[in-house]
Amino acid sequence: MAFKTLKTLMLGGVIATASVAGIAYAAGGGPVGDYKMKYVDWSFNGAFGQYDRAAMQRGYQVYREVCAACHGLKYVAFRHLGDEDGPYYLDDFPNPNDNPYVKNFAADWTIEDIDSETGDTIDRSGIPADYFPPIFPNDAAARASNGGALPPDLSSMVKARTGGADYVYNLLIAYDVPKPDEVELTPGLYWNPVMEGGKIAMPPQLSEGLVDYEPTEIIDHGESKMVDAPEATVEQMAYDVTQFLAWTADPKLEQRKSIGIMTLVYLLILSALLFASYKRVWRNVEH
Amino acid sequence: MSGHPSTYEPKYAASKWLDQRLPIVRMGADFMTFPSPRNLNYWYTFGGILALCLVVQIISGVILAMHYVADVDGAFASVQRIRRDVPFGWLLQSMHAVGASMFFLAVYMHMFRGLYYGSYKAPREVLWIIGCLIYLVMMATAFLGYTLPWGQMSFWGATVITGFFGAVPVVGEALQQWLLGGYAVDNATLTRFFALHYLLPFVIAALVGLHVWALHHVGQNNPIGITEKTKSDTLSFHPFYTVKDAFAIAVFLFIFAFFLFYLPDALGHADNYIEADAMKTPAHIVPEWYFLPFYAILRAVPSKLFGILLMLGAIVVLFVLPWLDTHKVRSMRFRPVARWFFLIFIVMCFILGWCGAGVPDDIAIPLGKDAGITFYRLGQAATLYYFAYFLVILPVLGLIEKPVKRPDSITKAVLGDQKRGAGLLPAE
Repeated sequence: MAFKTLKTLMLGGVIATASVAGIAYAAGGGPVGDYKMKYVDWSFNGAFGQYDRAAMQRGYQVYREVCAACHGLKYVAFRHLGDEDGPYYLDDFPNPNDNPYVKNFAADWTIEDIDSETGDTIDRSGIPADYFPPIFPNDAAARASNGGALPPDLSSMVKARTGGADYVYNLLIAYDVPKPDEVELTPGLYWNPVMEGGKIAMPPQLSEGLVDYEPTEIIDHGESKMVDAPEATVEQMAYDVTQFLAWTADPKLEQRKSIGIMTLVYLLILSALLFASYKRVWRNVEH
Repeated sequence: MSGHPSTYEPKYAASKWLDQRLPIVRMGADFMTFPSPRNLNYWYTFGGILALCLVVQIISGVILAMHYVADVDGAFASVQRIRRDVPFGWLLQSMHAVGASMFFLAVYMHMFRGLYYGSYKAPREVLWIIGCLIYLVMMATAFLGYTLPWGQMSFWGATVITGFFGAVPVVGEALQQWLLGGYAVDNATLTRFFALHYLLPFVIAALVGLHVWALHHVGQNNPIGITEKTKSDTLSFHPFYTVKDAFAIAVFLFIFAFFLFYLPDALGHADNYIEADAMKTPAHIVPEWYFLPFYAILRAVPSKLFGILLMLGAIVVLFVLPWLDTHKVRSMRFRPVARWFFLIFIVMCFILGWCGAGVPDDIAIPLGKDAGITFYRLGQAATLYYFAYFLVILPVLGLIEKPVKRPDSITKAVLGDQKRGAGLLPAE
């Protein structure tokens, strides 16, 4: 009897959650025409998923050299790059503000500030505590430089689109799909079947060999390791920058998943113990 | 609290002294020994689960409020800061957002349970009505809370929902402006929504107090709907139902944790990771999943005002249900006809949810090439059934349905006639 009711309960729970999730997913869109989404087996998928450190580092390079011409990253600070789940974490520098990579990257950027002596507006080089600065002084300036379109901030982009990382990756590689003849494009718009409606204001960005990849240093099980630079193909750059943007959108993913597995195991054991207690307390009671 | 005699005996001088002045320990002790029907199944564990949900939402919410900024220029950024920089802020924020979905999941199970076992019938009408009130305040709280992260869906959801009030004849526009604190959803709206979102959970907590009080006054219903008659029909709440509830809570928390850690965004909408923009309307404005059935009812008729009346009616009808279902048998286990209509009712609720998520003119059920039943038509049919169930089917069945033979008592239902007297007393 108890097992029967338990089964009913489980079944009810599964059906209810599945329907709820199904309804939530049903609301999403998809690519235009007959474009087939390429689904990548991302390293950060699954219960034990983790970001690919070397790809994230190359992805940062792609962001800095390509995307950052137009797109901001306003909710990310330079110090985040050296956080424990971040692309440039080093064991010797638990405080990311001391991390030499972070310091160098911050110094690459110019930050607008106020001189505390004179009150004048000055430009200084960035420090780890700074956030990625805005690319344009304001939205109107951003539109003026981009044919009226506003390049969105990329901090949470991977979470802000249905399809997540696969969406961003496919959007970047789908520019070479030929435009159907019946589609008319006004100047300043480009054909991209992954974009909702198929029309996008962003011109194609990635081309073979656009970025000079260099070997990257990563920390693997506490040991420093050099990873060879791959060929800078469009797919490789799209993959790398998607890894980086997946991290900027969800910087606590690794912590979340490792705590998650422990929590689920704990709750499983707790459920088993409580079920045993239940059987024992009720053992002489017919019900 | 209720009719059952108190068994609490203060042992020490201090506890005797307190018991004469404020019998709060006695109240707790009587709560723990409350005689509960011995045949309660797992559907009866959702009350305890819901109490836990409320506590989780209040605790996570109070901590989030310490880091949240209720201002149109800072709200979205403050949520980003919570997710990125506040220690375990990502956990609290997800727990609160996923927790809202889990709260509704549990409340729907709890309500369907009450509908099936006739828990709204005499003498539990007030208990049921308080429950409906809790559900209503929950809906308001969830709606207000969804506005606070100030994402695109927050903003446009608030715009659409408050727009309903504008459809009220004569005073609509004034009412809408009074609610919003202006002509559109803006800073005045956000700050008042935050204040009310913080207030309403405590109203819910007070209503839960009344709900439990009423429950203990009239006693729990049970799967066969037959009132307990003898001592052998009942068991002490503790340890029998504390342990059963605890097991159910652990299983529920497992499902909760699975969503929290592995699918934190599955029940939300991607657009809410984009900051609110009054100049840019999202392609499809959809509410959270737990409002989708009502959203489908709202869109079932072309008139805005009539749609709102229908949606309100869908909730109001729950309040008067005790007087619509006049059948004398509580549990649908013994109502061979009503149980089938109830099953269809549940299917229709899911269909309504599906229609709420769909685009009205899209084809839901294809019938041949480029033809079929649209979400609009399907939603209309399901809406019709929803109201017919309460307003026609249950009242008519109350007059004509013949129940199957029921057992004389809970004990007999559990043990059958032959084994009478065996195993009546619990262990220890």
